[in-house]
Amino acid sequence: MSVAADRLEGAPALDIDAVRAQFPALHQQVNGKDLVYLDTAASAQRAQCVIDAVSHYDSHDHANVHRGVHALSQRATDAFEGARRSVAQFINAGSESEIVFTRGTTEAINLVAQSYGRSTLKAGDEVLITWMEHHSNIVPWQMVCEQTGATLKVARIDERGQIDMEHFRSLLNERTRVVGVVHISNALGTINPVAQIARLAHEVGAVVVVDGAQATPHMAVDVQALDCDFYALSGHKMYGPTGIGALYGKRALLDAMPPWQGGGDMILAVDFERTLYNEVPYKFEAGTPNISGAIGLAAACDFVRQLGHEAIARHEADLLEYAMTRLAAPDLTVIGTAQHKSGLVSFTLDGIHPHDIGTIVDGEGVAIRTGHHCAMPVMTFFNLPATARASFGVYTRREDIDRLADALDQVREVLG
Amino acid sequence: MDVQDLYKEIIVDHNRSPRNFRRIDAPTHQAEGFNPLCGDKLHLYLTIDGDTISDIAFEGSGCAISVASASMMTDALRGKSVDEAQQLFERMRALFTDQGEQGDLDALGKLAALGGVRQYPSRIKCANLSWHALHAALTADAAATASTE
Repeated sequence: MSVAADRLEGAPALDIDAVRAQFPALHQQVNGKDLVYLDTAASAQRAQCVIDAVSHYDSHDHANVHRGVHALSQRATDAFEGARRSVAQFINAGSESEIVFTRGTTEAINLVAQSYGRSTLKAGDEVLITWMEHHSNIVPWQMVCEQTGATLKVARIDERGQIDMEHFRSLLNERTRVVGVVHISNALGTINPVAQIARLAHEVGAVVVVDGAQATPHMAVDVQALDCDFYALSGHKMYGPTGIGALYGKRALLDAMPPWQGGGDMILAVDFERTLYNEVPYKFEAGTPNISGAIGLAAACDFVRQLGHEAIARHEADLLEYAMTRLAAPDLTVIGTAQHKSGLVSFTLDGIHPHDIGTIVDGEGVAIRTGHHCAMPVMTFFNLPATARASFGVYTRREDIDRLADALDQVREVLG
Repeated sequence: MDVQDLYKEIIVDHNRSPRNFRRIDAPTHQAEGFNPLCGDKLHLYLTIDGDTISDIAFEGSGCAISVASASMMTDALRGKSVDEAQQLFERMRALFTDQGEQGDLDALGKLAALGGVRQYPSRIKCANLSWHALHAALTADAAATASTE
Protein backbone atom coordinates (compact mmCIF):
# COMPACT_ATOMS: atom_id res chain seq x y z
CA MET A 1 0.00 0.00 0.00
CA SER A 2 2.56 2.52 1.08
CA VAL A 3 4.72 1.34 -1.81
CA ALA A 4 1.93 2.22 -4.18
CA ALA A 5 1.28 5.53 -2.43
CA ASP A 6 4.94 6.52 -2.67
CA ARG A 7 5.18 5.66 -6.30
CA LEU A 8 2.10 7.70 -7.02
CA GLU A 9 3.35 10.76 -5.15
CA GLY A 10 2.95 13.69 -7.49
CA ALA A 11 0.19 12.06 -9.53
CA PRO A 12 -2.68 14.46 -10.21
CA ALA A 13 -5.53 14.33 -7.69
CA LEU A 14 -9.13 13.59 -8.61
CA ASP A 15 -11.64 16.41 -8.27
CA ILE A 16 -13.94 14.21 -6.24
CA ASP A 17 -16.95 16.55 -6.26
CA ALA A 18 -16.80 16.86 -10.03
CA VAL A 19 -16.45 13.08 -10.34
CA ARG A 20 -19.41 12.45 -8.06
CA ALA A 21 -21.54 14.89 -10.03
CA GLN A 22 -21.08 12.47 -12.95
CA PHE A 23 -22.92 9.67 -11.10
CA PRO A 24 -26.65 10.34 -10.67
CA ALA A 25 -27.30 7.08 -8.79
CA LEU A 26 -25.05 8.13 -5.92
CA HIS A 27 -27.29 11.04 -5.02
CA GLN A 28 -30.14 9.24 -3.33
CA GLN A 29 -31.23 8.03 0.06
CA VAL A 30 -31.46 4.38 1.04
CA ASN A 31 -33.31 3.44 4.22
CA GLY A 32 -33.50 7.13 5.07
CA LYS A 33 -29.74 7.69 4.85
CA ASP A 34 -27.54 9.13 2.12
CA LEU A 35 -26.36 6.22 0.02
CA VAL A 36 -22.79 5.05 0.49
CA TYR A 37 -21.96 2.72 -2.40
CA LEU A 38 -19.07 0.40 -1.55
CA ASP A 39 -19.89 -2.38 -3.99
CA THR A 40 -18.05 -1.13 -7.05
CA ALA A 41 -16.16 -4.40 -7.54
CA ALA A 42 -19.50 -6.19 -8.05
CA SER A 43 -20.74 -3.51 -10.42
CA ALA A 44 -19.65 0.11 -10.68
CA GLN A 45 -22.23 2.86 -10.86
CA ARG A 46 -22.79 4.28 -14.31
CA ALA A 47 -21.26 7.58 -15.38
CA GLN A 48 -23.56 10.22 -16.86
CA CYS A 49 -21.43 10.40 -20.01
CA VAL A 50 -22.07 6.66 -20.50
CA ILE A 51 -25.80 7.08 -19.96
CA ASP A 52 -25.80 10.01 -22.42
CA ALA A 53 -23.79 8.19 -25.10
CA VAL A 54 -26.14 5.19 -24.97
CA SER A 55 -29.21 7.41 -24.90
CA HIS A 56 -27.97 9.51 -27.84
CA TYR A 57 -27.31 6.43 -29.92
CA ASP A 58 -30.69 4.89 -29.04
CA SER A 59 -32.48 8.19 -29.75
CA HIS A 60 -30.79 9.14 -33.02
CA ASP A 61 -28.47 6.63 -34.63
CA HIS A 62 -29.82 3.14 -34.15
CA ALA A 63 -30.02 0.64 -36.99
CA ASN A 64 -28.37 -2.71 -37.60
CA VAL A 65 -24.63 -2.69 -38.25
CA HIS A 66 -22.61 -4.00 -41.21
CA ARG A 67 -25.77 -4.58 -43.25
CA GLY A 68 -27.63 -1.61 -44.57
CA VAL A 69 -26.81 0.92 -47.25
CA HIS A 70 -28.96 3.55 -45.59
CA ALA A 71 -27.78 6.48 -43.49
CA LEU A 72 -28.70 5.17 -40.05
CA SER A 73 -27.05 1.81 -40.64
CA GLN A 74 -23.90 3.61 -41.72
CA ARG A 75 -24.01 5.83 -38.63
CA ALA A 76 -24.57 2.83 -36.35
CA THR A 77 -21.72 0.95 -38.03
CA ASP A 78 -19.38 3.95 -37.69
CA ALA A 79 -20.27 4.34 -34.00
CA PHE A 80 -19.87 0.61 -33.33
CA GLU A 81 -16.52 0.34 -35.11
CA GLY A 82 -15.44 3.61 -33.47
CA ALA A 83 -16.19 1.98 -30.13
CA ARG A 84 -13.97 -0.95 -31.11
CA ARG A 85 -11.12 1.51 -31.82
CA SER A 86 -11.66 3.17 -28.42
CA VAL A 87 -11.43 -0.14 -26.59
CA ALA A 88 -8.33 -1.10 -28.59
CA GLN A 89 -6.63 2.18 -27.68
CA PHE A 90 -7.73 1.87 -24.05
CA ILE A 91 -5.73 -1.32 -23.55
CA ASN A 92 -3.16 -0.51 -26.24
CA ALA A 93 -4.01 -3.36 -28.58
CA GLY A 94 -1.97 -3.33 -31.79
CA SER A 95 -5.08 -3.20 -33.95
CA GLU A 96 -8.83 -2.89 -33.48
CA SER A 97 -9.20 -6.19 -35.33
CA GLU A 98 -7.87 -7.79 -32.14
CA ILE A 99 -10.95 -6.65 -30.18
CA VAL A 100 -13.97 -8.97 -30.12
CA PHE A 101 -17.09 -7.61 -28.44
CA THR A 102 -18.66 -10.05 -25.98
CA ARG A 103 -21.32 -9.95 -23.28
CA GLY A 104 -18.59 -9.52 -20.71
CA THR A 105 -15.49 -11.11 -19.22
CA THR A 106 -17.24 -14.43 -18.63
CA GLU A 107 -18.27 -14.81 -22.25
CA ALA A 108 -14.82 -13.71 -23.42
CA ILE A 109 -13.13 -16.47 -21.40
CA ASN A 110 -15.69 -19.02 -22.56
CA LEU A 111 -14.93 -17.98 -26.13
CA VAL A 112 -11.22 -18.65 -25.64
CA ALA A 113 -11.91 -21.96 -23.89
CA GLN A 114 -14.37 -23.21 -26.50
CA SER A 115 -12.61 -21.90 -29.61
CA TYR A 116 -8.89 -21.90 -28.84
CA GLY A 117 -9.03 -24.50 -26.06
CA ARG A 118 -11.37 -26.99 -27.64
CA SER A 119 -9.55 -26.94 -30.99
CA THR A 120 -6.03 -27.29 -29.59
CA LEU A 121 -6.19 -29.18 -26.28
CA LYS A 122 -5.90 -32.96 -26.17
CA ALA A 123 -5.51 -35.67 -23.56
CA GLY A 124 -2.29 -35.18 -21.60
CA ASP A 125 -2.28 -31.39 -22.05
CA GLU A 126 -2.61 -29.17 -19.01
CA VAL A 127 -4.41 -25.93 -18.23
CA LEU A 128 -2.89 -24.01 -15.33
CA ILE A 129 -4.92 -21.54 -13.30
CA THR A 130 -4.56 -20.13 -9.78
CA TRP A 131 -6.42 -20.69 -6.53
CA MET A 132 -7.69 -17.09 -6.52
CA GLU A 133 -9.60 -17.22 -9.81
CA HIS A 134 -13.19 -16.07 -10.12
CA HIS A 135 -15.54 -18.90 -11.13
CA SER A 136 -15.53 -17.39 -14.63
CA ASN A 137 -11.87 -18.36 -15.01
CA ILE A 138 -12.33 -21.82 -13.47
CA VAL A 139 -15.52 -23.36 -14.84
CA PRO A 140 -14.89 -22.70 -18.59
CA TRP A 141 -11.56 -24.54 -18.21
CA GLN A 142 -13.14 -27.42 -16.31
CA MET A 143 -15.67 -27.74 -19.11
CA VAL A 144 -13.09 -27.76 -21.90
CA CYS A 145 -10.85 -30.16 -19.96
CA GLU A 146 -13.79 -32.54 -19.71
CA GLN A 147 -14.41 -32.20 -23.43
CA THR A 148 -10.79 -32.71 -24.50
CA GLY A 149 -9.25 -34.91 -21.82
CA ALA A 150 -6.84 -32.16 -20.73
CA THR A 151 -6.06 -31.75 -17.03
CA LEU A 152 -6.69 -28.68 -14.88
CA LYS A 153 -3.83 -27.66 -12.56
CA VAL A 154 -4.14 -25.05 -9.83
CA ALA A 155 -1.32 -22.94 -8.40
CA ARG A 156 -1.57 -22.30 -4.66
CA ILE A 157 -1.85 -18.94 -2.95
CA ASP A 158 -0.26 -17.83 0.32
CA GLU A 159 -1.80 -16.51 3.54
CA ARG A 160 -1.68 -12.93 2.27
CA GLY A 161 -3.61 -13.93 -0.83
CA GLN A 162 -0.74 -13.83 -3.32
CA ILE A 163 0.09 -16.48 -5.92
CA ASP A 164 2.74 -18.88 -4.62
CA MET A 165 5.06 -18.26 -7.57
CA GLU A 166 7.33 -21.13 -6.64
CA HIS A 167 4.41 -23.52 -6.81
CA PHE A 168 3.22 -21.87 -10.02
CA ARG A 169 6.65 -22.42 -11.61
CA SER A 170 6.72 -26.02 -10.43
CA LEU A 171 3.42 -26.72 -12.20
CA LEU A 172 4.53 -25.13 -15.49
CA ASN A 173 5.93 -27.65 -17.94
CA GLU A 174 5.92 -28.54 -21.62
CA ARG A 175 2.42 -30.05 -21.24
CA THR A 176 0.99 -26.68 -20.10
CA ARG A 177 -0.93 -25.27 -23.08
CA VAL A 178 -2.98 -22.54 -21.42
CA VAL A 179 -2.39 -20.38 -18.34
CA GLY A 180 -5.42 -18.54 -16.95
CA VAL A 181 -4.84 -15.79 -14.38
CA VAL A 182 -6.83 -12.96 -12.87
CA HIS A 183 -5.17 -9.53 -13.12
CA ILE A 184 -6.78 -8.19 -9.92
CA SER A 185 -8.60 -10.60 -7.59
CA ASN A 186 -12.18 -9.52 -6.93
CA ALA A 187 -12.24 -11.36 -3.61
CA LEU A 188 -8.83 -10.29 -2.26
CA GLY A 189 -7.75 -7.21 -4.20
CA THR A 190 -4.41 -8.80 -5.07
CA ILE A 191 -2.71 -7.35 -8.16
CA ASN A 192 -0.96 -10.25 -9.89
CA PRO A 193 2.37 -10.06 -11.76
CA VAL A 194 0.80 -10.76 -15.13
CA ALA A 195 3.82 -9.74 -17.24
CA GLN A 196 6.05 -12.13 -15.31
CA ILE A 197 3.46 -14.91 -15.56
CA ALA A 198 3.20 -14.36 -19.32
CA ARG A 199 6.98 -14.55 -19.68
CA LEU A 200 7.12 -17.82 -17.74
CA ALA A 201 4.19 -19.29 -19.65
CA HIS A 202 5.71 -18.40 -23.01
CA GLU A 203 8.95 -20.14 -22.04
CA VAL A 204 7.04 -23.44 -22.08
CA GLY A 205 4.97 -22.48 -25.11
CA ALA A 206 1.66 -21.88 -23.30
CA VAL A 207 -0.76 -19.05 -24.07
CA VAL A 208 -1.88 -16.69 -21.31
CA VAL A 209 -5.51 -15.70 -20.76
CA VAL A 210 -5.97 -12.76 -18.38
CA ASP A 211 -9.24 -12.02 -16.55
CA GLY A 212 -9.02 -8.23 -16.48
CA ALA A 213 -12.53 -7.47 -15.18
CA GLN A 214 -11.31 -5.75 -12.01
CA ALA A 215 -8.15 -4.27 -13.49
CA THR A 216 -9.34 -1.94 -16.26
CA PRO A 217 -11.15 0.53 -13.95
CA HIS A 218 -8.21 0.73 -11.55
CA MET A 219 -4.93 0.58 -13.44
CA ALA A 220 -3.49 1.28 -16.87
CA VAL A 221 -3.56 -1.91 -18.92
CA ASP A 222 -1.18 -2.30 -21.86
CA VAL A 223 -1.75 -5.71 -23.42
CA GLN A 224 1.39 -5.39 -25.58
CA ALA A 225 3.60 -4.55 -22.60
CA LEU A 226 2.05 -7.41 -20.61
CA ASP A 227 2.54 -9.64 -23.67
CA CYS A 228 -0.57 -11.61 -22.76
CA ASP A 229 -2.25 -13.60 -25.53
CA PHE A 230 -5.84 -12.94 -24.46
CA TYR A 231 -7.28 -10.27 -22.18
CA ALA A 232 -10.93 -10.13 -21.09
CA LEU A 233 -12.81 -7.12 -19.70
CA SER A 234 -16.34 -6.06 -18.71
CA GLY A 235 -18.11 -2.73 -19.25
CA HIS A 236 -20.03 -2.64 -15.98
CA LYS A 237 -16.93 -2.97 -13.81
CA MET A 238 -15.59 0.27 -15.30
CA TYR A 239 -18.62 2.59 -15.05
CA GLY A 240 -20.12 1.32 -18.32
CA PRO A 241 -23.17 -0.80 -19.16
CA THR A 242 -23.85 -4.43 -18.28
CA GLY A 243 -24.06 -7.02 -21.03
CA ILE A 244 -21.02 -5.73 -22.89
CA GLY A 245 -17.35 -6.56 -22.64
CA ALA A 246 -14.46 -7.36 -24.87
CA LEU A 247 -11.89 -9.99 -25.62
CA TYR A 248 -8.46 -8.93 -26.79
CA GLY A 249 -6.57 -11.66 -28.63
CA LYS A 250 -3.32 -11.58 -30.57
CA ARG A 251 -4.21 -11.41 -34.24
CA ALA A 252 -2.30 -14.55 -35.25
CA LEU A 253 -4.12 -16.58 -32.59
CA LEU A 254 -7.55 -15.18 -33.48
CA ASP A 255 -6.90 -15.85 -37.18
CA ALA A 256 -6.11 -19.48 -36.50
CA MET A 257 -9.04 -20.08 -34.15
CA PRO A 258 -12.31 -21.62 -35.37
CA PRO A 259 -15.53 -19.63 -34.92
CA TRP A 260 -17.42 -20.24 -31.71
CA GLN A 261 -21.03 -19.40 -32.42
CA GLY A 262 -22.57 -19.49 -35.87
CA GLY A 263 -25.01 -17.03 -37.37
CA GLY A 264 -25.29 -13.75 -39.21
CA ASP A 265 -22.39 -11.29 -39.47
CA MET A 266 -19.76 -13.98 -38.88
CA ILE A 267 -19.96 -15.25 -42.46
CA LEU A 268 -18.86 -14.19 -45.92
CA ALA A 269 -20.97 -16.64 -47.86
CA VAL A 270 -23.32 -19.46 -46.93
CA ASP A 271 -24.63 -22.32 -48.95
CA PHE A 272 -25.71 -25.72 -47.71
CA GLU A 273 -22.46 -27.36 -48.74
CA ARG A 274 -20.07 -24.91 -47.20
CA THR A 275 -19.85 -21.61 -45.34
CA LEU A 276 -17.04 -19.10 -45.72
CA TYR A 277 -16.35 -17.40 -42.44
CA ASN A 278 -15.82 -13.70 -42.07
CA GLU A 279 -12.47 -12.29 -41.03
CA VAL A 280 -11.35 -11.44 -37.50
CA PRO A 281 -12.93 -10.10 -35.32
CA TYR A 282 -16.31 -10.56 -37.06
CA LYS A 283 -16.08 -14.33 -37.23
CA PHE A 284 -16.46 -14.31 -33.43
CA GLU A 285 -19.45 -11.95 -33.41
CA ALA A 286 -22.41 -13.99 -34.62
CA GLY A 287 -25.75 -12.20 -34.64
CA THR A 288 -26.63 -8.57 -34.14
CA PRO A 289 -24.27 -7.32 -31.45
CA ASN A 290 -24.99 -5.17 -28.40
CA ILE A 291 -24.41 -1.96 -30.37
CA SER A 292 -25.49 0.55 -27.75
CA GLY A 293 -23.55 -1.42 -25.13
CA ALA A 294 -20.37 -1.13 -27.18
CA ILE A 295 -20.94 2.61 -27.51
CA GLY A 296 -21.45 2.84 -23.74
CA LEU A 297 -18.30 0.82 -23.15
CA ALA A 298 -16.32 3.20 -25.37
CA ALA A 299 -17.73 6.16 -23.41
CA ALA A 300 -16.62 4.44 -20.19
CA CYS A 301 -13.11 3.96 -21.63
CA ASP A 302 -13.00 7.68 -22.46
CA PHE A 303 -14.25 8.55 -18.98
CA VAL A 304 -11.59 6.49 -17.21
CA ARG A 305 -8.87 7.71 -19.59
CA GLN A 306 -9.82 11.34 -18.98
CA LEU A 307 -9.64 10.92 -15.21
CA GLY A 308 -6.28 9.26 -15.70
CA HIS A 309 -5.15 5.93 -14.34
CA GLU A 310 -2.44 7.53 -12.23
CA ALA A 311 -4.91 9.81 -10.49
CA ILE A 312 -7.33 6.91 -10.01
CA ALA A 313 -4.62 4.63 -8.60
CA ARG A 314 -3.45 7.33 -6.21
CA HIS A 315 -7.00 8.03 -5.07
CA GLU A 316 -7.74 4.36 -4.45
CA ALA A 317 -4.39 3.70 -2.73
CA ASP A 318 -5.19 6.56 -0.36
CA LEU A 319 -8.66 5.13 0.35
CA LEU A 320 -7.20 1.67 0.97
CA GLU A 321 -4.65 3.02 3.41
CA TYR A 322 -7.31 5.07 5.18
CA ALA A 323 -9.71 2.10 5.36
CA MET A 324 -7.06 -0.22 6.80
CA THR A 325 -6.54 2.25 9.66
CA ARG A 326 -10.13 3.38 10.11
CA LEU A 327 -11.63 -0.12 10.14
CA ALA A 328 -8.90 -1.74 12.24
CA ALA A 329 -10.34 -3.39 15.36
CA PRO A 330 -9.48 -6.45 17.46
CA ASP A 331 -12.55 -8.30 16.14
CA LEU A 332 -11.99 -7.43 12.47
CA THR A 333 -9.83 -9.58 10.20
CA VAL A 334 -8.86 -8.38 6.73
CA ILE A 335 -8.75 -11.23 4.19
CA GLY A 336 -6.20 -10.48 1.49
CA THR A 337 -3.22 -8.38 2.49
CA ALA A 338 -1.09 -8.62 -0.63
CA GLN A 339 1.82 -6.25 -1.07
CA HIS A 340 0.31 -5.06 -4.34
CA LYS A 341 -3.37 -4.53 -3.77
CA SER A 342 -6.22 -2.56 -5.31
CA GLY A 343 -8.94 -0.58 -3.55
CA LEU A 344 -11.00 -3.16 -1.76
CA VAL A 345 -11.19 -4.59 1.74
CA SER A 346 -12.53 -8.11 2.24
CA PHE A 347 -13.09 -8.75 5.94
CA THR A 348 -14.79 -10.74 8.68
CA LEU A 349 -16.01 -9.79 12.15
CA ASP A 350 -15.51 -12.34 14.93
CA GLY A 351 -18.67 -14.31 15.64
CA ILE A 352 -20.82 -12.47 13.11
CA HIS A 353 -21.80 -13.89 9.75
CA PRO A 354 -21.08 -11.62 6.76
CA HIS A 355 -24.73 -11.70 5.67
CA ASP A 356 -25.81 -10.22 8.97
CA ILE A 357 -23.16 -7.52 8.51
CA GLY A 358 -24.47 -6.78 5.02
CA THR A 359 -28.10 -6.49 6.10
CA ILE A 360 -27.38 -4.26 9.09
CA VAL A 361 -25.06 -1.85 7.26
CA ASP A 362 -27.61 -1.64 4.44
CA GLY A 363 -30.02 -0.39 7.10
CA GLU A 364 -27.51 2.45 7.58
CA GLY A 365 -27.51 3.21 3.84
CA VAL A 366 -24.17 1.49 3.23
CA ALA A 367 -24.01 -1.01 0.32
CA ILE A 368 -21.34 -3.70 0.57
CA ARG A 369 -21.03 -7.18 -0.90
CA THR A 370 -21.27 -10.26 1.27
CA GLY A 371 -20.80 -13.86 0.25
CA HIS A 372 -18.22 -15.94 -1.55
CA HIS A 373 -17.69 -13.36 -4.33
CA CYS A 374 -17.92 -16.10 -6.99
CA ALA A 375 -14.56 -17.33 -5.75
CA MET A 376 -15.48 -20.30 -3.56
CA PRO A 377 -11.97 -21.82 -3.64
CA VAL A 378 -10.65 -18.59 -2.06
CA MET A 379 -13.17 -19.00 0.75
CA THR A 380 -12.16 -22.65 1.14
CA PHE A 381 -8.49 -21.64 1.32
CA PHE A 382 -9.17 -19.21 4.17
CA ASN A 383 -11.65 -21.68 5.71
CA LEU A 384 -14.49 -19.16 5.60
CA PRO A 385 -18.08 -19.51 4.37
CA ALA A 386 -18.07 -15.92 3.17
CA THR A 387 -16.61 -12.46 3.72
CA ALA A 388 -17.93 -8.91 3.72
CA ARG A 389 -16.30 -6.73 1.10
CA ALA A 390 -16.10 -2.96 0.73
CA SER A 391 -14.80 -1.96 -2.69
CA PHE A 392 -13.90 1.53 -3.82
CA GLY A 393 -14.21 3.49 -7.03
CA VAL A 394 -13.41 6.91 -8.41
CA TYR A 395 -16.37 8.39 -6.54
CA THR A 396 -15.55 6.93 -3.11
CA ARG A 397 -14.63 9.40 -0.35
CA ARG A 398 -12.93 8.94 3.00
CA GLU A 399 -16.20 9.89 4.66
CA ASP A 400 -17.83 6.86 2.99
CA ILE A 401 -15.37 4.69 4.89
CA ASP A 402 -16.24 6.59 8.07
CA ARG A 403 -19.88 5.75 7.44
CA LEU A 404 -18.97 2.08 7.03
CA ALA A 405 -16.97 2.15 10.27
CA ASP A 406 -19.96 3.64 12.11
CA ALA A 407 -22.29 1.08 10.54
CA LEU A 408 -19.99 -1.74 11.70
CA ASP A 409 -20.33 -0.37 15.23
CA GLN A 410 -24.07 -0.69 14.74
CA VAL A 411 -23.56 -4.34 13.71
CA ARG A 412 -21.60 -4.99 16.90
CA GLU A 413 -24.34 -3.34 18.95
CA VAL A 414 -27.15 -5.37 17.38
CA LEU A 415 -25.39 -8.75 17.39
CA GLY A 416 -22.51 -8.39 19.84
CA MET B 1 -37.25 -0.58 7.82
CA ASP B 2 -35.62 -1.03 11.17
CA VAL B 3 -33.09 -3.83 11.52
CA GLN B 4 -34.38 -4.40 15.04
CA ASP B 5 -37.51 -5.87 13.43
CA LEU B 6 -35.29 -8.54 11.93
CA TYR B 7 -32.78 -9.00 14.73
CA LYS B 8 -35.26 -9.23 17.59
CA GLU B 9 -33.85 -10.00 21.01
CA ILE B 10 -35.00 -13.62 20.93
CA ILE B 11 -33.26 -14.16 17.56
CA VAL B 12 -30.02 -12.63 18.77
CA ASP B 13 -30.22 -14.82 21.86
CA HIS B 14 -30.78 -18.04 19.89
CA ASN B 15 -27.90 -17.12 17.57
CA ARG B 16 -25.59 -16.48 20.50
CA SER B 17 -26.59 -19.65 22.33
CA PRO B 18 -28.18 -22.08 19.89
CA ARG B 19 -30.36 -24.72 21.58
CA ASN B 20 -30.01 -28.40 20.68
CA PHE B 21 -26.77 -27.67 18.88
CA ARG B 22 -25.33 -31.15 18.83
CA ARG B 23 -25.17 -34.37 16.86
CA ILE B 24 -27.54 -37.30 17.38
CA ASP B 25 -25.51 -40.46 16.87
CA ALA B 26 -28.21 -42.80 15.57
CA PRO B 27 -31.01 -40.62 14.24
CA THR B 28 -34.04 -42.19 12.63
CA HIS B 29 -34.30 -39.25 10.24
CA GLN B 30 -31.82 -36.65 9.08
CA ALA B 31 -31.22 -34.11 6.33
CA GLU B 32 -28.67 -31.56 5.25
CA GLY B 33 -29.58 -28.02 4.37
CA PHE B 34 -27.39 -25.86 2.17
CA ASN B 35 -27.81 -22.29 1.04
CA PRO B 36 -25.26 -21.75 -1.72
CA LEU B 37 -25.86 -18.02 -1.77
CA CYS B 38 -24.69 -17.49 1.82
CA GLY B 39 -22.70 -20.63 2.43
CA ASP B 40 -25.09 -21.53 5.27
CA LYS B 41 -24.90 -25.25 6.02
CA LEU B 42 -26.73 -27.32 8.57
CA HIS B 43 -27.28 -30.94 9.42
CA LEU B 44 -30.58 -31.77 11.08
CA TYR B 45 -31.06 -34.95 13.15
CA LEU B 46 -34.34 -36.40 14.40
CA THR B 47 -35.27 -39.38 16.53
CA ILE B 48 -38.88 -40.35 15.90
CA ASP B 49 -40.53 -42.90 18.18
CA GLY B 50 -43.76 -44.11 16.60
CA ASP B 51 -45.25 -40.81 15.58
CA THR B 52 -43.49 -38.58 18.07
CA ILE B 53 -40.37 -36.52 17.63
CA SER B 54 -38.59 -37.55 20.81
CA ASP B 55 -35.31 -35.80 20.00
CA ILE B 56 -34.22 -33.20 17.48
CA ALA B 57 -30.88 -31.41 17.13
CA PHE B 58 -28.69 -29.69 14.55
CA GLU B 59 -25.13 -28.81 13.69
CA GLY B 60 -23.71 -26.37 11.17
CA SER B 61 -22.76 -22.81 10.51
CA GLY B 62 -24.65 -19.89 9.15
CA CYS B 63 -25.88 -16.37 9.63
CA ALA B 64 -27.81 -15.28 12.73
CA ILE B 65 -31.14 -15.74 11.00
CA SER B 66 -30.49 -19.31 9.86
CA VAL B 67 -28.97 -20.39 13.18
CA ALA B 68 -31.74 -18.79 15.25
CA SER B 69 -34.41 -20.27 13.00
CA ALA B 70 -32.93 -23.77 13.37
CA SER B 71 -32.50 -23.36 17.11
CA MET B 72 -36.07 -22.15 17.64
CA MET B 73 -37.39 -24.89 15.37
CA THR B 74 -35.74 -27.66 17.37
CA ASP B 75 -37.09 -26.15 20.59
CA ALA B 76 -40.61 -26.00 19.18
CA LEU B 77 -40.70 -29.52 17.75
CA ARG B 78 -39.50 -31.75 20.55
CA GLY B 79 -42.42 -33.92 21.66
CA LYS B 80 -44.58 -32.97 18.69
CA SER B 81 -46.05 -35.45 16.22
CA VAL B 82 -44.85 -35.76 12.64
CA ASP B 83 -48.16 -34.30 11.42
CA GLU B 84 -47.84 -31.32 13.72
CA ALA B 85 -44.29 -30.77 12.44
CA GLN B 86 -45.49 -30.81 8.82
CA GLN B 87 -48.26 -28.35 9.65
CA LEU B 88 -45.76 -26.06 11.34
CA PHE B 89 -43.53 -26.25 8.26
CA GLU B 90 -46.44 -25.00 6.14
CA ARG B 91 -47.30 -22.24 8.60
CA MET B 92 -43.70 -21.05 8.77
CA ARG B 93 -43.48 -20.99 5.00
CA ALA B 94 -46.55 -18.79 4.93
CA LEU B 95 -45.08 -16.58 7.65
CA PHE B 96 -41.86 -16.00 5.72
CA THR B 97 -43.70 -15.14 2.53
CA ASP B 98 -46.41 -12.97 4.09
CA GLN B 99 -49.33 -15.28 3.36
CA GLY B 100 -50.02 -16.04 6.98
CA GLU B 101 -53.26 -15.06 8.73
CA GLN B 102 -53.19 -13.28 12.07
CA GLY B 103 -54.69 -16.37 13.70
CA ASP B 104 -51.71 -18.42 12.53
CA LEU B 105 -49.36 -15.81 13.93
CA ASP B 106 -50.81 -16.18 17.42
CA ALA B 107 -50.55 -19.97 17.17
CA LEU B 108 -46.86 -19.70 16.30
CA GLY B 109 -45.86 -18.22 19.64
CA LYS B 110 -42.16 -17.41 19.83
CA LEU B 111 -41.62 -18.52 16.24
CA ALA B 112 -43.59 -15.49 15.05
CA ALA B 113 -40.45 -13.43 15.81
CA LEU B 114 -38.93 -14.89 12.65
CA GLY B 115 -41.57 -13.10 10.56
CA GLY B 116 -39.29 -10.05 10.38
CA VAL B 117 -37.58 -11.58 7.33
CA ARG B 118 -40.64 -10.71 5.23
CA GLN B 119 -39.20 -7.21 4.92
CA TYR B 120 -35.84 -8.62 3.74
CA PRO B 121 -36.46 -10.77 0.67
CA SER B 122 -32.77 -11.64 0.33
CA ARG B 123 -32.85 -13.20 3.81
CA ILE B 124 -35.96 -15.37 3.54
CA LYS B 125 -33.86 -18.30 2.36
CA CYS B 126 -31.79 -18.05 5.54
CA ALA B 127 -34.88 -18.37 7.73
CA ASN B 128 -36.28 -21.14 5.55
CA LEU B 129 -33.20 -23.34 5.50
CA SER B 130 -33.80 -25.45 8.61
CA TRP B 131 -37.50 -25.81 7.81
CA HIS B 132 -36.75 -27.13 4.36
CA ALA B 133 -34.27 -29.56 5.91
CA LEU B 134 -37.05 -30.67 8.29
CA HIS B 135 -39.43 -31.19 5.39
CA ALA B 136 -36.78 -33.17 3.51
CA ALA B 137 -36.01 -35.33 6.55
CA LEU B 138 -39.68 -36.11 7.17
CA THR B 139 -40.59 -36.87 3.58
CA ALA B 140 -37.52 -38.92 2.62
CA ASP B 141 -36.71 -42.33 4.04
CA ALA B 142 -32.97 -42.02 3.85
CA ALA B 143 -30.63 -39.05 4.25
CA ALA B 144 -31.89 -36.10 2.27
CA THR B 145 -30.59 -32.77 1.16
CA ALA B 146 -32.51 -29.54 1.11
CA SER B 147 -31.34 -26.50 -0.77
CA THR B 148 -32.86 -23.07 -0.59
CA GLU B 149 -31.21 -21.99 -3.82
